[in-house]
Amino acid sequence: MSLTNELITQVLSKYHTPNVENFHVEHDMLAFEVKKDASFEVIKFLKEDAEMDFNFLTDVCGVHYPDYDKDRQFCVVYHLHNWLENVRIRIKVFLPADKPEIESVVSLYAGANWQERETYDFYGIVFKNHPQLKRILNMDEMESFPLRKEFPLEDQGRTDKDDRFFGRTGPNC
Amino acid sequence: MSNSSNIKQVAPPAGYAGEGFFATKLSEVVGLARANSMWPLPFATSCCGIEYMATMAATYDIGRFGSERMSFSPRQADMLLVMGTIAKKMAPILRQVYEQMAEPRWVIAVGACASTGGIFDTYSVLQGIDKVIPVDVYVPGCPPRPEQILDGILELQNIVKNESVRRRSSDEYKDLLNSYNIK
Amino acid sequence: MSDLLLVPEKRFEKQIEETRKKDGVELSILNLGPTHPATHGIFQNILLMDGEKIIDGEGTVGYIHRAFEKIAENRPFYQVNVLTDRLNYCSSPINNTGWWMTVEKALGIEIPKRVQYMRVIIMELARIADHIICSSVMGVDTGALTGFLYVMQYREKIYEIYEEICGARLTTNMGRIGGFERDWNETVWRKIDEFLEEFPAVWTEFENMLARNRIFMDRTIGAGAIDAKKAMSYGFTGPNLRAAGVDYDIRVATPYCSYEDFEFDIPVGQNGDCYDRFCVRNAEVWESLKIIRQALDKMPEEGGFHADVPDYYLPPKEDVYNNMEALIYHFKIVMGEIPVPSTEVYHAVEGGNGELGFYLITNGSRVPYRLHFRRPCFIYYQAFNEIVKGRSLSDAIITLSSMNVIAGELDA
Repeated sequence: MSLTNELITQVLSKYHTPNVENFHVEHDMLAFEVKKDASFEVIKFLKEDAEMDFNFLTDVCGVHYPDYDKDRQFCVVYHLHNWLENVRIRIKVFLPADKPEIESVVSLYAGANWQERETYDFYGIVFKNHPQLKRILNMDEMESFPLRKEFPLEDQGRTDKDDRFFGRTGPNC
Repeated sequence: MSNSSNIKQVAPPAGYAGEGFFATKLSEVVGLARANSMWPLPFATSCCGIEYMATMAATYDIGRFGSERMSFSPRQADMLLVMGTIAKKMAPILRQVYEQMAEPRWVIAVGACASTGGIFDTYSVLQGIDKVIPVDVYVPGCPPRPEQILDGILELQNIVKNESVRRRSSDEYKDLLNSYNIK
Repeated sequence: MSDLLLVPEKRFEKQIEETRKKDGVELSILNLGPTHPATHGIFQNILLMDGEKIIDGEGTVGYIHRAFEKIAENRPFYQVNVLTDRLNYCSSPINNTGWWMTVEKALGIEIPKRVQYMRVIIMELARIADHIICSSVMGVDTGALTGFLYVMQYREKIYEIYEEICGARLTTNMGRIGGFERDWNETVWRKIDEFLEEFPAVWTEFENMLARNRIFMDRTIGAGAIDAKKAMSYGFTGPNLRAAGVDYDIRVATPYCSYEDFEFDIPVGQNGDCYDRFCVRNAEVWESLKIIRQALDKMPEEGGFHADVPDYYLPPKEDVYNNMEALIYHFKIVMGEIPVPSTEVYHAVEGGNGELGFYLITNGSRVPYRLHFRRPCFIYYQAFNEIVKGRSLSDAIITLSSMNVIAGELDA
């Protein structure tokens, strides 16, 4: 039986409710949410189950939603890909603002190592049981997490550029 | 064989010639020698580095201006070509490389990112390498065409040719280095 | 605190102490620093060496981190295109086209066949340009400078084609939402024809110089080998994965932009070592030449050079000055009042190094809410330290250049 979005929804709902919810299809890709304590279990199931067989982790990234509720501010997005059936899915795991922690998937996919470090570097999301969770792209001494929405883009200490000439006098995009 | 009758020769500096001798100013001879054999240190970080590779290759040949030997060791190079964005993480390393170069040394900032930070007005990019090292020639462009890079090098050759031999020990130069905290 | 969180030099110093006490062997630390002629781009590798043999190593990246993803949250879609150029700057048109396809997917725009074929031609030319650099620089790293000088002349021909199309050589900023900014004139078609005629002889000569050259083969066979299972686990895609034996190519698996209309093979290696990567890239250049030839032969006459989407594509200036509707569209596009749905889209293209993915979250405004680049270089460079363990330093250098790590794509 070929792996369709409906089949994935069915199988996941059967074995993993109430941890998975909000199944929807966007631009032909199935996307759903997983509760943060069950994220490792669900991804392990998707990788190792013979029917699901999502052998490739395409991408791990983070998103910051400052306008959402306090316990849904950060989101870790996983994109998985089943090469044999050519099916992609997107898994979103929402994390609370005060303690954004999630289990690392490095033991399942070795390629998640640096991607999780990058997500930690940008957002401050802590990946438990990650072998080497330290900053990767920014300087090691940096204290803040730059891709959070409250962090400004431009270096506030720069003296050679006058913001007025760039039209940057408040939100103008 | 090539037609060797139309080779353009560099004009000799102004001086007095006689039987077996030629008298001119020391600074002119030194300038001539230095200008036509500038060994570059290609400090290529990003896209401008690829345009430099095109400049180095056969079509735009930088070797014909005297820069035949790329030196990757700072000790053996005359001019530091900084090509590409310098992030704040990279700035101390650029500084170290500059300090290891022996006098006389010149710096060309190739590209918009090395000159002023370019399109990357962000928290992680150094807004111009002249924040950490003194720069002699700026070549704008994103990336500059190979002809522009060659133009920058020729501009530097002009500066080198007309430089006084006493420049490196002058007070003005010492003040410049002090303003960057370079010993 | 785990040892792995320390700076690599400190961690290796502890190991040196231990080995000195236990075996009496003196290990050493080698800093393959950010500026090095062998690292084409700036990334650092601290290696723990036993003489010439590499025991362990750790890579540090981020020396050219320009915060693309943060910039993209503050720039309209057409300005983000400029950032995508500078990801894998050896093959900018692929990045540009990938971005436009993502935006068109999010906005729900259909592209006419002719524009798709034109995009295919430009992407394959970019792929050839990327592989020219990687293969010739592999030659330079083993000491063969002639190949580099010889094929770079043909890379200039590709640059001339880009210049006719969009005006720039390297960072092309090519295309707009819906197609190209101007039609291709006769010079473009003529130059592409000339390139297809002249380049095969040059590439054959380059391949003959290195591919069966005893010195080159001894240097590269067995260096930096990786097996297919490990490669897939590490997230390898592109020529590095195909050299390991897995025939995964997004152009065939999930065809985009009319790639299903063209016939081409996927070259695959066996051992995943440097020699296989070199051979796979060379073979891919032949396949790209084949695709460009087919696209030129099958190019439809009708279709124009852009889709008919006045909401997103700037109208020509004569219309703006004479026609009220065009004026209003122009105003709305420039001021950013374009209809953008709130959606999430992930689109991947086969870049020069593998699966280049764009994950875009829009929220109705003209700037992305979140844009994440799935950069193949960043993902496969993680495996470097593992695949050179136990090999000599010269193998590490040739592995680094065969993996085609482009610093712009590594750090973004």
